[in-house]
Amino acid sequence: MTPAIVIRDLHKSFGSLEVLKGVSLDAAEGEVISIIGASGSGKSTLLRCIPLLELPDSGEIIIGGETLRMRSRHGRSEPADTTQVNRIRGTLGFVFQSFNLWPHMTVLQNLIEAPIHVQKRPRAECIAEAEALLKKVGMAEKRNAYPSHLSGGQQQRAAIARALAMRPRALLFDEPTSSLDPELVGEVLQVIAGLVAEGRTMLIVTHEMSFAAEVSSRAIFLHAGRIEEEGHPKQVFGDPVTERCRAFVARHLNR
Amino acid sequence: MNELSFLGDTMRQLLSGVPLTVELTIISVSVGGALAIVLSVLRASFAPFASFVRFYVFALRGTPLLLQMFLIYYGLGQFDTVQHSVLWPFLRQPYWCAILALSLNTAAYGSEIIRGGLQSVPPGSIESARACGMSGLLLYRRVILPLALRQALPAYGSEVIAMVKSTSLASIVTLMEISGIAYAIISETYRALEVFLCAGLIYLVINFVLTRAIASLEVWLNPHLRSATS
Repeated sequence: MTPAIVIRDLHKSFGSLEVLKGVSLDAAEGEVISIIGASGSGKSTLLRCIPLLELPDSGEIIIGGETLRMRSRHGRSEPADTTQVNRIRGTLGFVFQSFNLWPHMTVLQNLIEAPIHVQKRPRAECIAEAEALLKKVGMAEKRNAYPSHLSGGQQQRAAIARALAMRPRALLFDEPTSSLDPELVGEVLQVIAGLVAEGRTMLIVTHEMSFAAEVSSRAIFLHAGRIEEEGHPKQVFGDPVTERCRAFVARHLNR
Repeated sequence: MNELSFLGDTMRQLLSGVPLTVELTIISVSVGGALAIVLSVLRASFAPFASFVRFYVFALRGTPLLLQMFLIYYGLGQFDTVQHSVLWPFLRQPYWCAILALSLNTAAYGSEIIRGGLQSVPPGSIESARACGMSGLLLYRRVILPLALRQALPAYGSEVIAMVKSTSLASIVTLMEISGIAYAIISETYRALEVFLCAGLIYLVINFVLTRAIASLEVWLNPHLRSATS
């Protein structure tokens, strides 16, 4: 079967700082990959490169067998076809650390915005689907609330529902619980665990080690822009091979 | 009694200029507002236009509106090409010259106000819109401009009020709006105090209504800034 996401030899620098030094990764359909690493290891950049929210300097990104076409202009890499990028972004639900709901729209409007205006699906169908999704993440009663009237956990659950409303092939989570108060982390992790149970393809950048160990089918430890260790979560979290990964996991699991 | 009937008569005459004042305001604020949006978006997103827009704002904000109106009304007619162009039927009429000057002028102020609004749009909102596959005009229309214009509205309200007052300059190019009528009455009666007070009162009433309308618009557009009701 075609892998959902393939990344080949990805390089990315910010100025003189090389953040990704050749990262390759395959995510099969239904696979849940957690990406861990110290801050500055490049894990968020890696995730953000997949829908081209950051533009990689070189390397290849293939979503569902379709290569994102890039070209070089003025010595910088940029998408060759913005229509393709927009279409593929729609197939990748991205969940941000800071939720990034649109503040001038209600929760329901946030959910139906892109399905109606980007994917051009019928409004009634989008609303029905959005309401079902809100129910699933426990936000049905807040459908007409504005993001500023919601707690962080509620906003993030709405943001997850917004990502799902695009009917994505895969979900990308960029530290989904890092900006939440500790007592709100659980409700968001519970929603993510529910999506794992549905067999969705997911990449999760996270600091929630025990959660990652529990739900993922594979774990990746990034260090200084390279994959330092990769394998079954039991191994990566339980019995890491590399010294750096061992130290990192020990530091985070014992919190 | 004589005094009262003079004031009543003056008011009646001045009120007949209200439609033109309102018309000049509505047309120039609409045209200028649309132009302001275009200018500010060009400046924010299309680098080649940025210095042009900066110069436009510099020139139009840096010179008096009266002078701009004179340049358009008296100045353009000196060029044969203008006199023989399809625009001449418009540009030879003081009405359209006033509209043009007012629109171009408010566009310069407006584009600066909207620029501030654009800068206040949370980058996260733009990024999540991109992640959902929005770009270009769709991104501006659905996310960036709705947020930027909401932010810009209080300052833009002041600009609209300033425009109501600026329409009085149209009287200098012969238009008989409120101020034009006021000058005419004074030149017949020499009673400047009463007439100008009456004219001022009318401007106050117009701007009072306008202020309330803008405040209502702000409330209506910003339900997310009010405290939750449920």
